[in-house]
Amino acid sequence: MDKPFAITLDVGSSRANKTGSWRTERAVYIDRLSPCSDGCPAGEDVQGWLYEAEEGGDGYERAWRRIMEDNPFPAVMGRVCYHPCETACNRAQLDEAVGINSVERFVGDEAIRRGWQVSVPVPSSGTRVLVVGAGPSGLSAAYHLALRGHAVTIKEAGPMAGGMMRFGIPRYRLPRDVLDAEVQRILDLGVTLELDTKVTDLDAVRGDYDAVFLAVGAQLGKRAYIPAGSAAHVLDAVEMLRDLEAGEKPLLGRRVAVYGGGNTAMDAARSARRLGASEAVVVYRRTRDRMPAHPSEVAEAEDEGVLFSWLTTIKQVDSGRLVVERMELDDDGFPRPTGELDELEADSLVLALGQDTDLSLLDGVPGLVVEDGVVAVGPDLMTGCPGVFAGGDMVPHERSVTVAIGHGKRAARHIDAWLSGAAPEPVVRPELATFDTLNTWYYSDAPRAHRPLLERARRESTFDEVVLGHDESTALLEARRCMSCGSCFGCDNCYGVCPDNAVIKLDRPGRAAYLIDLDYCKGCGLCVAECPSGAISMVPEKI
Amino acid sequence: MTFQEIKLYQTGTFVVGNRLLDPQQRSVQARTGRSNSLTSGHRACQGCGEALGARYVLDAAMRATDGRLVAVNSTGCLEVFSTPYPESSWQLPWLHSLFGNGPAVASGVAAALRASGRDDIRVIGQAGDGGTVDIGFGTLSGMFERNDDVLFVCYDNEGYMNTGVQRSGATPPGAATNTTKVLGHHPGNAFGQGKSVPLIAMAHEIPYVATATVAELRDLEHKVEKAMTFRGARYLHVFVPCPLGWGAASADTIKLARLAKETGIFPVFEAEGGQVTEVSRIRRQVPVEDYLRPQRRYAHLFGDNPRPDVVARIQAGADRNIARFGLLPEGDA
Repeated sequence: MDKPFAITLDVGSSRANKTGSWRTERAVYIDRLSPCSDGCPAGEDVQGWLYEAEEGGDGYERAWRRIMEDNPFPAVMGRVCYHPCETACNRAQLDEAVGINSVERFVGDEAIRRGWQVSVPVPSSGTRVLVVGAGPSGLSAAYHLALRGHAVTIKEAGPMAGGMMRFGIPRYRLPRDVLDAEVQRILDLGVTLELDTKVTDLDAVRGDYDAVFLAVGAQLGKRAYIPAGSAAHVLDAVEMLRDLEAGEKPLLGRRVAVYGGGNTAMDAARSARRLGASEAVVVYRRTRDRMPAHPSEVAEAEDEGVLFSWLTTIKQVDSGRLVVERMELDDDGFPRPTGELDELEADSLVLALGQDTDLSLLDGVPGLVVEDGVVAVGPDLMTGCPGVFAGGDMVPHERSVTVAIGHGKRAARHIDAWLSGAAPEPVVRPELATFDTLNTWYYSDAPRAHRPLLERARRESTFDEVVLGHDESTALLEARRCMSCGSCFGCDNCYGVCPDNAVIKLDRPGRAAYLIDLDYCKGCGLCVAECPSGAISMVPEKI
Repeated sequence: MTFQEIKLYQTGTFVVGNRLLDPQQRSVQARTGRSNSLTSGHRACQGCGEALGARYVLDAAMRATDGRLVAVNSTGCLEVFSTPYPESSWQLPWLHSLFGNGPAVASGVAAALRASGRDDIRVIGQAGDGGTVDIGFGTLSGMFERNDDVLFVCYDNEGYMNTGVQRSGATPPGAATNTTKVLGHHPGNAFGQGKSVPLIAMAHEIPYVATATVAELRDLEHKVEKAMTFRGARYLHVFVPCPLGWGAASADTIKLARLAKETGIFPVFEAEGGQVTEVSRIRRQVPVEDYLRPQRRYAHLFGDNPRPDVVARIQAGADRNIARFGLLPEGDA
């Protein structure tokens, strides 16, 4: 008996008692899909790259590379994307959505400023792919195809690459040096760009390539029949914006009316103000809340003095004046004429009634089907003609730069699979990280930082960029407002709150920083309840 | 709050750690090198607030004293679930004697250390609310009166849980226990009885008195660390929900502690020499009902024969705390 106290058994640790046997449910680390990533038309892992950006310093480059896995236009996106990610953001239910778009712009601008580049990680595949059209969709497809080792040739009808990013979106929303830098980065991957090369007969050229991606966009302004006097001055918004980009100043006069309620109408009206029109009126047949234009564009246009005439259609155009008719909404929200006529003074009328696609190049392509003026495609974006894929504004879908970029990526994935004869890797979509999966108590109270705007006087007379960027500290703060919905961000809560020390902290960088020690986990669920981001779940134990 | 708030780091002051923070700024519980004074394998119920609170307090005290620490434990859940002979979950020198004499034994340990010239070794006494508020109260008051160099910690789960959920002097009004059953016109524990040991401790004018909950780790760690900067008698009262005795889900332990503070039911404050010096203000105020409903010990206040009058009296008690300690968020006060 050589014991330290008056005892008969050796002193032992309670660790001999494996309390894990009490458990009926176990905690499991999971990744849910954040609403921002779910909502991104370009398929960005938004929460993933914000996680990197939150770290600041080298994190910005990692964030940029994460974006570049899905989208080669971070700096462009950070300006022109209508950020459905922010619309979906869970933080909106707490205070205000995270300014994802402003962080993306900061990261994208950092990449340009510091000259970050990407390179092709695989050897050449030896296959040749033709991309028709150097707009967002075509460039995105070219980028993703080039990264997979394919030789890509882009044939572009216009004099410069960019498509609607250049010839549709005015400079005050997207400065051209930003666009040029991001386009050049794609070309630097070895993509061949042939400008002023309009493909007029696809069937004649497609034999030279193993696959084709069509992304010719929609540049034909829709016409509406409006009786017009001989001296009436009527222009098309798409043409006007294109001319402007080519250096021609359209003659608009002092008072300009723009017909339509979409983003192009806003671009046309705001450009008219900058070109010297003292009055720019947007004429739209429905009400403000039914306008297809993005609310931020409408607000900025209003700020710049653009006027709006809601519930109005144009009946006739004469020199210096329009005859308009008042409308009213019926019970279904459709506009209905009232017969009440009025006059509106206008020296010119700009039509912004939507766009059509010039599909004449597709004549004679076997199997390819055109419906309602757009090309029919399957879920893989392949047309009825094997090996010919299409995306962007020329296929039936919502039209935006971001959607087009997403199409480019999706098409590249399917083209790559089609070329190799394999099925593409399936896209895994975990369950959504809804607001009720979060424990928002833990997030700091942090009001959103909004981007400053250029002063109004300069907005009314120049094409200088309107929305300014964040500085580094503001961008970092905004990134850190992200709640990392559905993914672990290393807050140590699970490690701290376990009454049984059954969470092991691995103390290594990156995700998967913790393990559940199943020898001792009693299955109380505290770690799940107190995980801020909903990245742990309870699952029944097999008994 | 007297400690540095963590701002602009995604999650601020309330989480355990934060990968974006400098390691020196992280809480003790966020460190892989924490002492785990109460280690795995103990037999506390799932989601035990007391086991959690004890580890929080002792790990912080171990860090503050560089590991030179002795703990004296009164009888109670904490003692029973941690030390079934011959096993022990304690990873520090630990003594247990009786239910009623924990503070006296701690005083004795402090005196013995002083007599042997070891003033570098600090003493913590700890007990549940039974061993503090009721059974150990006389020896605790004596320890305060003599200003013995002990930090006494009460883990308050508002009843005798180990023996089968009986009422203690810390059981709140309206709560059902096995000795305050849901019977008659005044179901559950009576109003106007019981006591606040933090306020009694302040009346002894000892150097330091503080309250804390398991829901605010940084606040708790700060208070332990601060208590260790004083010599003489100190008292820390930690609110630790009990899933078993309160009839609450094991995953709700921290949530209930948070709600107790956010409703004003449990005031979180610090006092030095008998004067309140700091209060932890409410961040998102909620009615007491939010706190009461998830607990079966209050189920009789809702259900088929609801007792809004009793809920209103509990709310009035919370409002009294809010007014008395000035708990409303800054700007609302």
